[in-house]
Amino acid sequence: MDFTLSKKHEMARQLFKDFAETEVKPMAQEVDETEHFPMDNVKKMGKYGFMGIPVPKEYGGQGCDILTYVMCVEELSKVCGTTGVIVSAHTSLCADPILTYGTEEQKKKYLPDLASGKKIGAFGLTEPGAGTDAQGVQTKAVLDGDEWVLNGSKCFITNGEVADVYIVIAYTDIVEGKKGRKVKKFSAFIVEKGTPGFSFGTKEKKMGIRGSSTYELIFQDCRIPKDALLGPQGRGFPIAMHTLDGGRIGIAAQALGIAEGALERTIEYTKERKQFGRSISAQQNTQFQLADMATKVEAAKHLVYKAAMKKQEFAEGAKVSYSVEAAMAKLYAAEVAMEVTTKAVQLHGGYGYIREYDVERMMRDAKITEIYEGTSEVQRMVISGALLK
Amino acid sequence: MKIVVCVKQVPDTKGGVKFNPDGTLDRGAMLAIMNPDDKAGLEAALRIKDETGAEVTVLTMGLPKAEEVLREAIAMGADKGILVTDRVLGGADTWATSTTLAGALRNLDYDLIITGRQAIDGDTAQVGPQISEHLDIPVISYAKDIKIEGDCVVVQRQYDDRYHVLKAKMPCLVTALSELNEPRYMTPGGIFDAYDAEITVWGRADLKDVDDANLGLSGSPTKIAKASDKVRKGAGEKVELDPDESVNYIMGKLKEKHVI
Repeated sequence: MDFTLSKKHEMARQLFKDFAETEVKPMAQEVDETEHFPMDNVKKMGKYGFMGIPVPKEYGGQGCDILTYVMCVEELSKVCGTTGVIVSAHTSLCADPILTYGTEEQKKKYLPDLASGKKIGAFGLTEPGAGTDAQGVQTKAVLDGDEWVLNGSKCFITNGEVADVYIVIAYTDIVEGKKGRKVKKFSAFIVEKGTPGFSFGTKEKKMGIRGSSTYELIFQDCRIPKDALLGPQGRGFPIAMHTLDGGRIGIAAQALGIAEGALERTIEYTKERKQFGRSISAQQNTQFQLADMATKVEAAKHLVYKAAMKKQEFAEGAKVSYSVEAAMAKLYAAEVAMEVTTKAVQLHGGYGYIREYDVERMMRDAKITEIYEGTSEVQRMVISGALLK
Repeated sequence: MKIVVCVKQVPDTKGGVKFNPDGTLDRGAMLAIMNPDDKAGLEAALRIKDETGAEVTVLTMGLPKAEEVLREAIAMGADKGILVTDRVLGGADTWATSTTLAGALRNLDYDLIITGRQAIDGDTAQVGPQISEHLDIPVISYAKDIKIEGDCVVVQRQYDDRYHVLKAKMPCLVTALSELNEPRYMTPGGIFDAYDAEITVWGRADLKDVDDANLGLSGSPTKIAKASDKVRKGAGEKVELDPDESVNYIMGKLKEKHVI
């Protein structure tokens, strides 16, 4: 067991750090304040391969491992939670299911443009009446000749309006379950922007990650080709759950990055801020708080990297599940992000409550990591479900 | 077309500077980066590669850990890296360094050699022009723009208040300014490839047509008597006066300090 990063991973981390500090950090406050989607930086990230890190080279990606992708989301999120989730949703929730479940034609059609950032990806499962409870999904797909006809809506979709390629979960059948109840059977579809009948609804105004484009997707008699089906018909639910397992590692990395960013700012601030004639870092309360924050961040990092390495085993062909590791990483990293950013604001005192200081934004950004791609409660359900089965 | 870019691993100015007892830099103990002027030179070479398909080789002399800058260069798009490292080459001044690099370059085919103007740890700006003398090829220093025209290179050479446009037939050597361009980032896939790539390592025995008397610390005419970190200057004095009073004030200060 080795806790040391290889030299190539160290160099990749340095690359992401340099990019984040130079290109992303100067924009972070404005992105938050104006709810502006940072398209210029997304295009730059596309140019340098950040939008297709774990996609194999044969499909135009970088051919790197999951750990490298995780470090990218982590470093971006240290300075801007919005930018972190853009890469995470694009990679884990759109490129990854196409790579895992797509036909060769689908991979060749979509992955090169996604990996180069020419196109942006999104994923639609959540609906007004269905989040964790997938059976509440109302979006329906009916096969009509050579086309599927989609009707329904999706809400809270990350990269909603800016994306070009969407993975959409809809029910395609209703069967009788074990206890005689009606059970919906779901399927996954690839839907392209501009398809007639596919439009956007409300843009959500959010507490945090305010630059990310969160929209409602509306499907009204939206006709997509028969071969837009992703994976086997009726297997949409396991595809969605497996996709979310991967997505949770991305969000865990985002949470980890936000926590690390807040810790770094707080260390700097407490050294500079003087009260009673000395810097507040000389106070034992500050020292103990920082020690606790750093210890939890380190523990979160180990869980996140472990989950990334487990998913890597899967990516290399091993028949392993990384569901529990992903749930633990997301649960812990998200709660650490919330705790660390809250303490960071507290240690900044009044300045921590002012928008000019990054930790104010980081605390707002941290909250969503406990909610999306499965709340902390859902992660506990996943973990305990595996323990008690 | 073949381009060789000479790069140097230098201490990161954000880190502390540490010295050996003999006054030379203790490079192993410091954070290290690719010298900024050299990186601009590499970017210029990579842009020529993007346009013409030129082959870009990166050459460095240094400790074994200097291979990091070669891998960084490969991750940016260079084709191969050569590290010249040998204990007998350590402690070299500009003369011994240029002799060593010229000895390595004699083994290579090249149309264009690009070096940085100067390294941020020595600031001499001597190694590039010295290499051209050793190899008996033309040199154009302080390049703020490099273009290829047929078998010639056309360079804008920076001066204080203007630039000169110079044209030289290749093979030739150009020294690059960091203002030349904005170097590209590496790509994650490029980094993975760079760590799979083999770095060619040469020692003293691989250098062509060089004399031991011109190598390493013993072959360096420059002897360092004493080296020290930058001495911090105190805060200056700021006064707000009208122009005439300012002149009188400055003259008074200069006389007071016996400068004039």
